[in-house]
Amino acid sequence: MLGLDTLGRYVVLMKRTFTKPDNWRMFGRQLPREMVKLGVDSIGIIIIISIFMGAIMLMQTILNTESPFIPRYSNGLILRDTMLLEFASSIMSLLLAGKVGSNIASEIGTMRITEQIDALEIMGVNSANYLILPKVIGLILCMPVLVTLSVFCGLLGGLGIAVLTDMIPMADFIYGIQYAFIPYYFTYSIIKSLFFGFIIASVSSFYGYYAYGGALDVGRASTNAVVNSSIAILLMNIILTRILLT
Amino acid sequence: MIEVKNLYKSFDGEMVLKDISATFESGIINQIIGKSGSGKTVLMKSIIGLFPIDSGQILYQERNLPNMNRNELKLLHQEVGMLFQGAALFDSMTVIENVMFPLEMFSKKSKQEMIERARFCLERVNLQPDTVSPLFPSEISGGMQKRVAIARAIALNPKYLFCDEPNSGLDPVTALVIDRLIEEITQEYNITTIINTHDMNSIMEIGAHIIFIEKGTKAWEGSKEEIFTANNEALEDFVFASNLYKKIRKTQQKTKNN
Repeated sequence: MLGLDTLGRYVVLMKRTFTKPDNWRMFGRQLPREMVKLGVDSIGIIIIISIFMGAIMLMQTILNTESPFIPRYSNGLILRDTMLLEFASSIMSLLLAGKVGSNIASEIGTMRITEQIDALEIMGVNSANYLILPKVIGLILCMPVLVTLSVFCGLLGGLGIAVLTDMIPMADFIYGIQYAFIPYYFTYSIIKSLFFGFIIASVSSFYGYYAYGGALDVGRASTNAVVNSSIAILLMNIILTRILLT
Repeated sequence: MIEVKNLYKSFDGEMVLKDISATFESGIINQIIGKSGSGKTVLMKSIIGLFPIDSGQILYQERNLPNMNRNELKLLHQEVGMLFQGAALFDSMTVIENVMFPLEMFSKKSKQEMIERARFCLERVNLQPDTVSPLFPSEISGGMQKRVAIARAIALNPKYLFCDEPNSGLDPVTALVIDRLIEEITQEYNITTIINTHDMNSIMEIGAHIIFIEKGTKAWEGSKEEIFTANNEALEDFVFASNLYKKIRKTQQKTKNN
């Protein structure tokens, strides 16, 4: 019952969020700000994690698939497809749920407990629309760029291993990352990231918007936002994989 | 003018406000007073429309708030200014942006006109626009935050002004300044002002029309002149909680007996 109640409140909030903005000029000003805060400010962490994950994944693949029957270039292929199919979209979204999700929930939660959201409502502003819509749209617009960047950096990490160690010849790695490339995998990754972007921004906003009490409760809302958006991402991943890949 | 008729409000089956009726005139300070937990904040938030009520009428010049749809409520809220207990300024905006916010949202003024109006409102609350405009709320004092919140509340020339414990967290001198400011603005623009307070200094300073709420009901109604002579036990407990007012009462009684 509690789950249904939460789902119902989430749907109602989304209904209030996805309405025409009270003022398009303000929305136009908010959107790039949110894109910078949620997307551009996440570029650093995405680059670092993707490079290291790409490097370590290639090393693990090489170490665990050493066999005369498996061509060496297949390590590059495995890295490319892992990055495209899962890491760049799903795992990166889980990381963003932690970074961006907690940021959104604590920002809106603090606005709630300091009555800033009440102040918006008193002025006649649709607070859900004003606060949440630019975040949701902003993150959705940033996700494809972040995913592409993550794939690129992951492959760069692998290249680093090929260049700096003798684990795999450079030519094999380059051949592997180009071998049997299926462009649809990239499309699949981008589609998934759009859904995940929506989940991160909307679920985190929901927990922030309905926060009540004090600073401790904002922290709780933030934790709930991260946990629940992560679970929702994993569930959605299964559904989308079933729909898009089978 | 705002009229409240037979207002009932409950939370999870527990009745918080029972049969409240009152009329709040414009141009004077209307105060809702009572102990913490008596229901005064719920009453104020119900009158504004932040809490849906169980039954009753809230008439804003014949417009009944509970019957309003979302659009009508939105239009009404553009006639309302509110000063929150903690000022509720937007942290991410500078002082001038806070004051300009309602103008940007709802007025068709040019950018320059908006800046001029915001500067006028800041000056009206005795702040120096050149000094405070670029500062963020966290960079100014509590008293200044309250003044900026008043400036924001009057930016759109509201017909109704609500103040939720405007003096909380302020020293007595600054509290008096804020009280006087609210009174001046109320009279100057003929606004219907409702203040929610339990500060006796504020009540005695500006309370023209006072409603005393006790356990969710209206226990007394009158003016600051009548408050010391009211024959109401709960009100007496509230008013004479401080030693200062106990001494005043003793003096009054002695004078009366002599």
